[in-house]
Amino acid sequence: MQKAEKMQQLRVFAQEIRLETLKTIGSLGFGHVGGSMSIIDALAVLYGEVMKIDPKNPRWEDRDWCVLSKGHAGPAMYATLGLKGFYPLEDAYTLNQPHTNFPSHTDRTKTPGVDLTTGSLGQGMSTATGAALGNKIDGRDNHVFVFVGDGEADEGQVWEGAQFAVHYQLDNLVCFVDDNKYQLDGACENVMKHAKGIGAKFAAFGWNVVECEDGNDVEQIYDAIQTAYATKGVPTCIVLNTVKGKGATFADGTGAHSSQPSKEQWDEAIAYAEKQLAEIKAQ
Amino acid sequence: MSFTLIGKHEKDSRANRDGYVTAMLEMMEKDLTVMHVDCDLENCINTGKLAKAYPERTINAGIAEANAVGVSAGLCATGKTVFVHSFGCFASRRAFDQAFMSAAYAKLPVHIVGSDPGVCAAYNGGTHMPFEDCALYMSIPDAVVVDPVDYAQINCLTKKLAESGKFSYMRMIRKTFTTVYGDGSDFEIGKGVTLKEGKDVAIIASGIMVDEALKAEEQLAAEGISAKVIDMFTWKPLDEQLIIDSAKECGAIVTAENHQVKCGLGSAIANVVIQNCPVPMEMVGVEDRFGQVGAESFLREEYGLTAAHIVEAAKKAISRK
Ligand SMILES: Cc1ncc(C[n+]2csc(CCOP(=O)(O)OP(=O)(O)O)c2C)c(N)n1
Repeated sequence: MQKAEKMQQLRVFAQEIRLETLKTIGSLGFGHVGGSMSIIDALAVLYGEVMKIDPKNPRWEDRDWCVLSKGHAGPAMYATLGLKGFYPLEDAYTLNQPHTNFPSHTDRTKTPGVDLTTGSLGQGMSTATGAALGNKIDGRDNHVFVFVGDGEADEGQVWEGAQFAVHYQLDNLVCFVDDNKYQLDGACENVMKHAKGIGAKFAAFGWNVVECEDGNDVEQIYDAIQTAYATKGVPTCIVLNTVKGKGATFADGTGAHSSQPSKEQWDEAIAYAEKQLAEIKAQ
Repeated sequence: MSFTLIGKHEKDSRANRDGYVTAMLEMMEKDLTVMHVDCDLENCINTGKLAKAYPERTINAGIAEANAVGVSAGLCATGKTVFVHSFGCFASRRAFDQAFMSAAYAKLPVHIVGSDPGVCAAYNGGTHMPFEDCALYMSIPDAVVVDPVDYAQINCLTKKLAESGKFSYMRMIRKTFTTVYGDGSDFEIGKGVTLKEGKDVAIIASGIMVDEALKAEEQLAAEGISAKVIDMFTWKPLDEQLIIDSAKECGAIVTAENHQVKCGLGSAIANVVIQNCPVPMEMVGVEDRFGQVGAESFLREEYGLTAAHIVEAAKKAISRK
């Protein structure tokens, strides 16, 4: 398949995930829309093209792993895995209902396809690093992907993991930083800034760093992953310059961390996402 | 101690967190040493108000709880009176070594505030649901551990903790909650509050379980059982005399807590009872389980944290006399 065609398919897939994510959170009426929407294009590239997975065998030994260290973006993960056939899509609409397998934060004991449990920010960086080391020790030809928030990168643990990954030459580890410029209390610039940028920090720790100018562009993400794959001896950090709430009409551009829009706003957001999907498909 | 009991099982119009914020504003105005440190959760407890009024003394440490508690200990060493906040799960588990060594062990009386205790973490789910936060903090020598219930009690205790000069951990229900006490109620750290006198069984509760205990008392009274109700908001130091007196008076005890019973209020009270005046005891609380996601009402049923569970436990304790 030509690359252009592949990218077109990924754009469609990303928009399908956006729509499903909105429906999933919308089934409850409130949740972490902002941080879910910003990483969707990267999830689309991973699950739509790059990752080795088997939806019928989620714990397949030779699979690629994906760890949502910013675990509150669970709904985006649930939509992605549902669309890939890990479970019926509607299952995720039980989000946060009694005894659900789809809790706010990703949980390896509950959801098929979720590799590690997260929710306490910073911890997924270490567990992903451990998984990368374990896979390397076992001589597998696979990769571990981990998503870290720009706010989450305030945690010292992120940098303890970063240091470890370089020391053990974990070139099978790829860390996406969702640089959406906001954390819970507001702009990272005001709450806790990464003075010279997060990419510079990772570089200083010895990582190979690739900046995606538009972290919501599937082609840039795809190319960055190819660079990561070609880099040996050190882990790669892909800084995704993203928009928090991307594509959710009530949240896009507001920086909102969690949202509880009205019924009308939900309907509007879902209708808009459907329209977008039709337009992208027509391209 | 002088308090007014409202106890009509009705929600306050204000959020509990505003009890904290109001107390802090008052203290920060009068005392230039008072500071608030937060971990990217100002929006959750409305401490943006403090940041607006006292920007130099309201510090956002970002999502870095261990560092925030360490920084608080350092601030404390320079003579500041520091309250540091995160969700209860992170304010305990995530920063425990720093709280233990940099603060408590070093005799730097930092005041740690953990919001969303137990089932109050609701939709944030099991990863965010501390049923063990008080257990951790009770294990620290000479620490003060409190589990207040409403606006008035949080408001008062915030000031009392600052005055105490002791290392402390306060759980804080942050949203609107059932009013138990009238505004201006005054409490003493380490002294339980007898809300109802009774002679058949003593129900000792704290936090979200106080209102359930009051409801249980009404249900028991309707069945001819007389229950004493105590709000034991201080888990440490425990009001041992009140426990002993109640055991002697009632001959049976029920404890109720939004926490693991095996390492919480129930077990702490059992320790006192067994050494001084053994009587039948039943414990209402979380049994060796992790938290999970859901509405608070669902979780209360799921973990057995309702008035009905207290009523049942009370009857069982009485039957064992
Ligand atoms: C250890 C820890 N501290 C605090 C929180 C509460 N919390 C959840 S999300 C969040 C903000 C995260 O910001 P960021 O990583 O930038 O995520 P994004 O903007 O991508 O949603 C906070 C403070 C948490 N989940 N874990």
